[in-house]
Amino acid sequence: MTDTQWPLWEVFTQEGQGAPHEHAGSVHAVDAEQALQNARDVYARRGKVVSLWVVPSIAISASTPEDVGPFFDPGNDKPYRHPQFYKVPRGVRVY
Amino acid sequence: MGYGNAPDEPEFGAGSDAPARVVPDAPAAGPVVRTHTSGPGDNALFEYLLRLGDDRLILGQRLAEWCGHGPILEEDIALANVSLDLFGHATLLLKLAAEVEGNGRDEDALAFLRDAVELRNVQLVELPRGDFGFTIARQFLFDAFGELYFAALARSTHEALAGIAAKAHKEIRYHLRHSTDWVLKLGDGTPESHARMQRAFDELWRFTGELFAMDDVDRAMVEQGIGVDASTLRGAWRDRVNAVLAEATLRVPDDGYMVGGGRLGRHTEFLGHLLAEMQSVVRAHPGAQW
Repeated sequence: MTDTQWPLWEVFTQEGQGAPHEHAGSVHAVDAEQALQNARDVYARRGKVVSLWVVPSIAISASTPEDVGPFFDPGNDKPYRHPQFYKVPRGVRVY
Repeated sequence: MGYGNAPDEPEFGAGSDAPARVVPDAPAAGPVVRTHTSGPGDNALFEYLLRLGDDRLILGQRLAEWCGHGPILEEDIALANVSLDLFGHATLLLKLAAEVEGNGRDEDALAFLRDAVELRNVQLVELPRGDFGFTIARQFLFDAFGELYFAALARSTHEALAGIAAKAHKEIRYHLRHSTDWVLKLGDGTPESHARMQRAFDELWRFTGELFAMDDVDRAMVEQGIGVDASTLRGAWRDRVNAVLAEATLRVPDDGYMVGGGRLGRHTEFLGHLLAEMQSVVRAHPGAQW
């Protein structure tokens, strides 16, 4: 079966100056301008978005489910990877 | 609040208790059907606001007809968004019109309880939605006009109207960007899409003259610093349309005979059908509360 859908774009929205662009979802579009407009209409009409990114979905390289073990095994048996042994010196503000 | 004409208003038309007056079908170039809202009268501002509001009310309804029928999901949402923006503009403009009229009607009564002969929109916006290309071509012609008009209207000496125009102008800039992009894509697309777009512009062209027509109402508003002289916008509008159509490989139609009369209540046969649907719930359940 041939895919008659237009190319897919991933949409990232920023909800304030300095905030990170976060993945909001995806839209179909034939080019970047249309992807921006569709992203605006689908994800940015409500709320307080101040910036949009659209990225062709095919440009994203993703890990696979098989990668879960080798990539993300948290290494709970390697406590030295976790930073909680350090004491925050006095006078340093904790955020 | 209650819908319907106030008791001291002329007893005819929607919401009246009087028997329905027989209104002859107005031929395209026939005599003007006088109503209490036609002509400059003693309240040109009310008339002017109706014109501005009705354009957006009727086009909003036409676009709403696409809901669930758009070519793709994203465009379905986009058209509904533009429709809602237009309804938003119409709400503000008709609310202001109702206040100016001061006869106890509100914006809902103006939108849902006037008949076709009382509506003041240009005929361009009442034409059936056609195919997607036709809808886009009309939207582009109207957006290009609206962008110029509302930028000028935002400098009105009427503070409330200037505020509405400034808010609407931001949204219209997006509408124009959206419709322009589609004209380019469809005009310079496949032979089929190109032919449909050319046909749409050829069909629509004779309805564009009315956008720039000026009468006593408009002139009174311009003299008071409230309204916009639409005739001065035509050059800039043509420049914009020429540029976009050229890039879209489309031919700008020749200026021939231009139809008109919508501002005086003369409409195509299509407006009555649109109103029958748009007003059906309000008329079936007068005064119903949500």
